[in-house]
Amino acid sequence: MNVTIVDYQSGNISSVINSFTEVAKGKVNLEVTSDIKKIKSSDKIVLPGQGSFKSCVDSLNNINGLVDTLKEFAITNKKPLLGICVGLQMFADIGYEEVETKGLGWISGKVSRIDNQNRKFKLPHIGWNEIEIQKKSKIFKDIKNKSHMYFVHSYEFMPTDKSVISATTDYSTKIVCAVERDNLFGTQFHPEKSDKTGLQIIQNFINL
Amino acid sequence: MLKNRIIPCLDVKNGRVVKGINFIKLKDAGDPVEQAKIYSDGGADEICFLDITASNENRDTIIDIVRKTAKECFVPLTVGGGVRTIQNITDLLLAGADKVSINTSAVKNVNFVKEASKKFGSQCIVVAIDAKKVSEQTWEVFTHGGRNKTGIDAVEFAKQVEANGAGEILLTSMDKDGTKSGYDVDLLKAITECTNIPVIASGGVGTLDHLYDGIVKGGASAVLAASIFHYGEYKIKDAKEYLNSKNVSVRL
Repeated sequence: MNVTIVDYQSGNISSVINSFTEVAKGKVNLEVTSDIKKIKSSDKIVLPGQGSFKSCVDSLNNINGLVDTLKEFAITNKKPLLGICVGLQMFADIGYEEVETKGLGWISGKVSRIDNQNRKFKLPHIGWNEIEIQKKSKIFKDIKNKSHMYFVHSYEFMPTDKSVISATTDYSTKIVCAVERDNLFGTQFHPEKSDKTGLQIIQNFINL
Repeated sequence: MLKNRIIPCLDVKNGRVVKGINFIKLKDAGDPVEQAKIYSDGGADEICFLDITASNENRDTIIDIVRKTAKECFVPLTVGGGVRTIQNITDLLLAGADKVSINTSAVKNVNFVKEASKKFGSQCIVVAIDAKKVSEQTWEVFTHGGRNKTGIDAVEFAKQVEANGAGEILLTSMDKDGTKSGYDVDLLKAITECTNIPVIASGGVGTLDHLYDGIVKGGASAVLAASIFHYGEYKIKDAKEYLNSKNVSVRL
């Protein structure tokens, strides 16, 4: 099996590479690339994302044919794709970080700044928070409800169709922290930094 | 609910873990990669490496340690010490660090914080502030591992780095560091009350109660400690169980 981590110059993806390498050990062929041909021929794709919504979208668009290839893979062919952090946020129609920016539009919704309730909540939301599982998800196999995951973000994805939400976390409001629709998965938290439970999620994705 | 983090800090010099008493007298106590793995297996919420002599010496050693550690520890890894250029940050992140902490260079030029957070995202830019009390409710920023005075007010500086895109503040009391007499709670309060980014308390932990004070009295989002974990007085688990028993929420 070929799993590809999309390297589109979206900031630091070393941790994503390290954790997938750890889980994939000898079982899976792991590629880190932005090469369209390699992406097309992979079985699963990981779309990381760090920095701002705008910088990630811009970086994706900078690579000729990448957005179309990803869309064909995940939406048309419904092959497994996991978006992490801003990688998930980009599924939305629109993001409001820095300036209003068009997202990939794969899951209808918007990405807005977390409501800090008049400075009651510190931003970024950094650290370990419990996830509340909202629906059965393939990547949550053997993951207990209220497991701790590592978060670091100031913006949240608000999907229009609530049925895509697979987990939320409590910070100011119930923040959407995982989505699943068909074979499209996204986590706002960082499974690659979430210790053994995070590695289990990566394992579940690889095992799909 | 967001949990309060416990962060063991490994001060590294020439590739070995040391812990200074008031930043001066150093004791050798182990291999950083091995130590980091023990901490992450033991439930540390993050690991922090501080390359304490990096301002003056070769940086390749720490890069190599970060690279090895990142392949074995799957919790966030922060690295600080001698981070002066965008290239230094790039090198550390590529080696596997999740965040870098900037100290002297942030004081010299706050635009460096802005430039770095713009390039890499606020999530990976921690500004380390070393502060020393100058009078009741006033603290001054120090640099170069506590050697140089700056004349800059710590509270004002904290606000400034937040405005320039720092994602977190790592706040060390120079008066308390190495003394094991507890955090400077007044300093912590002064900074946590005037900023809206997470503050990591550092400098002075000698007992588990000090961790409690940092979080509950000082308002810190995370507590950093070195010696109490390092010399085996307490395990991370002891700290978490203690805090939990006092109704401070932690990741158990």
